[in-house]
Amino acid sequence: MQVGLNHYLVVSALLFGLGLYGILTRRNAVAILMGIELMLNATNINLVAFNRYVAPGALAGHVFALVIITLAACEAAVGLALVMAVFRNLETVHVDEITLMKW
Amino acid sequence: MGELAVFIVLAVLTLVPAAVVVTTGNLVRAAMSLIPSFLGVTGLFVLLQAEFVAGIQILIYAGAIAVLILFVIMLTQGGTGLSIRQVNEQRLVGLLVAGGLAVALGVMLVRTPWPRSAGTLPASNVAAVGNAFLTDFILAFEISSLVLLASLVGALVIARREQ
Amino acid sequence: MFWFLEILKATLAAIAVFTFLAVVGAMLGVYLERKISGWMQSRLGPKHVGPQGLLQTVADTVKLLQKENIIPANADALTFNIAPLMAVVAGLLAWVIIPFGPAFGRIVVARDINIGLLFFIAMGSLIVIAVLLGGWSSNNKYSLLGGFRSASQMISYEIPLALAVMVPIMMAGTLSTVGIVGIQQGGFLGVGNWLIFGGPFPWWMTIVTVPAFVMFLTAAMAEVNRVPFDLPEAESELVAGYFSEYTGMRFALFQLGEYAESFAMAGLAAVLFLGGWHGPGLPGIVWFVLKLFALVFVLMWVRWTYPRLRLDQLLNLSWKGLVPLGFVLVLVTGWLLV
Repeated sequence: MQVGLNHYLVVSALLFGLGLYGILTRRNAVAILMGIELMLNATNINLVAFNRYVAPGALAGHVFALVIITLAACEAAVGLALVMAVFRNLETVHVDEITLMKW
Repeated sequence: MGELAVFIVLAVLTLVPAAVVVTTGNLVRAAMSLIPSFLGVTGLFVLLQAEFVAGIQILIYAGAIAVLILFVIMLTQGGTGLSIRQVNEQRLVGLLVAGGLAVALGVMLVRTPWPRSAGTLPASNVAAVGNAFLTDFILAFEISSLVLLASLVGALVIARREQ
Repeated sequence: MFWFLEILKATLAAIAVFTFLAVVGAMLGVYLERKISGWMQSRLGPKHVGPQGLLQTVADTVKLLQKENIIPANADALTFNIAPLMAVVAGLLAWVIIPFGPAFGRIVVARDINIGLLFFIAMGSLIVIAVLLGGWSSNNKYSLLGGFRSASQMISYEIPLALAVMVPIMMAGTLSTVGIVGIQQGGFLGVGNWLIFGGPFPWWMTIVTVPAFVMFLTAAMAEVNRVPFDLPEAESELVAGYFSEYTGMRFALFQLGEYAESFAMAGLAAVLFLGGWHGPGLPGIVWFVLKLFALVFVLMWVRWTYPRLRLDQLLNLSWKGLVPLGFVLVLVTGWLLV
């Protein structure tokens, strides 16, 4: 049996679901960022698979995936800088203990 | 046949460590498991004949983002708290929502009749991507470089110790 | 069944590369380092074990093998064991793309990947993870600090390494190492087309290739934690840094990874800037090995000439010196090539 588009789409859907589970259920801010990275990886697999099987003439999928990798790096850097700043001031990185701005 | 075997190995290499990332209580184990997951995704990219994206994936994801995450975990002492509860009380709801979304996405993606095309990718991946970036997608290129600059300066300013 | 044969070929190539590097590279390299450093310091180096001390490294390896394998009490055993393995695997995988020369009608290279140089830089960035995990899992504050310092040094010098590699890539138009060696053939006296002399372009290309070569060697020395950049493993500062707690074979594996990586960097410099296997007279592989060992000699020479840089001096050199220089080099190369 050949490896078709459906195989990659199922893998990326499962990876997306795992990342979403990580975001919804974890207490540590860094663990939530790890879930976000998994979701971004899932979308990259999707884009590159579509480029290969549906539109192989141009490389729009690859370009889009590269831009997403770049922006994921930026967002991880800024998010982790925020986590460091929060840790320095509030001594915790658990998102349910950061309640300073709640009424 | 060989391609299917490799695909299954790579899919397992991607999904099983990802499951460890989102469920384990030890944060450094979770960050360590991200790396085989990223390497599995790299393998899937190579299988999809996207070599340049695969190289960039290792270089940036496994070589930079994983290092960044490990640094922050080690600096915020999240790795030694084995007795600290790492999962909040929304576990069942999260499982239902994430599982439901994964199943819905999977079913929808598999059932849609995508217009398959039998063409082949350009021979030199790198040259084609470079040309695409500088002709068709130059706006995205310039804007993402601006975003890189802004996030570089922003991360430095935010994480700096107050003097 | 072709896929099965391909996997078999790849496994055999991996075993061949590993044995070649473990035996020749690490053992000969360690012996050469001790002898050459001895001569530079007006002493003799190892002389007792075997003729002229040639079996010294064998004796050292046997000694390391029979040492007790200690895992610290509260260390995370899985991470503690994985870290040296990752360092060795990443260091050895960097050898996949280095071509040795023409033999039996084809170029001897493990795999001529068409994104070869990108793969090489990616393997260099995987070692950082091994260093961080090794430092953290030892459950020892000196190891942790050494791991942080070493990791920040290595990631700071990845950028000058990549920028220095950009210059040959732009001149050759390909990321494949065999392609870059390909444009360096022929020329005046058989060496005229080496990239360090300007390649197949006129002589004024040396204004970018010579600084790129120097920058590459500097960044390579910093990437493999060699003096003058070896603050993370300086005995007087951090008690051997991130591998303080590693004994026996695991310590040997870390050292093997570092030596393999430093030889790979020297090999890549020979391939990119010194013409690979091209040269007048001698067969290609002999030229490549000569150039490789000449560059390794240069690396050892620098080790015993310069004092150790402090961490902030190290990082300043990278971010304030080499990165802007690298950008300027890439810009000037692009302008000169058009």
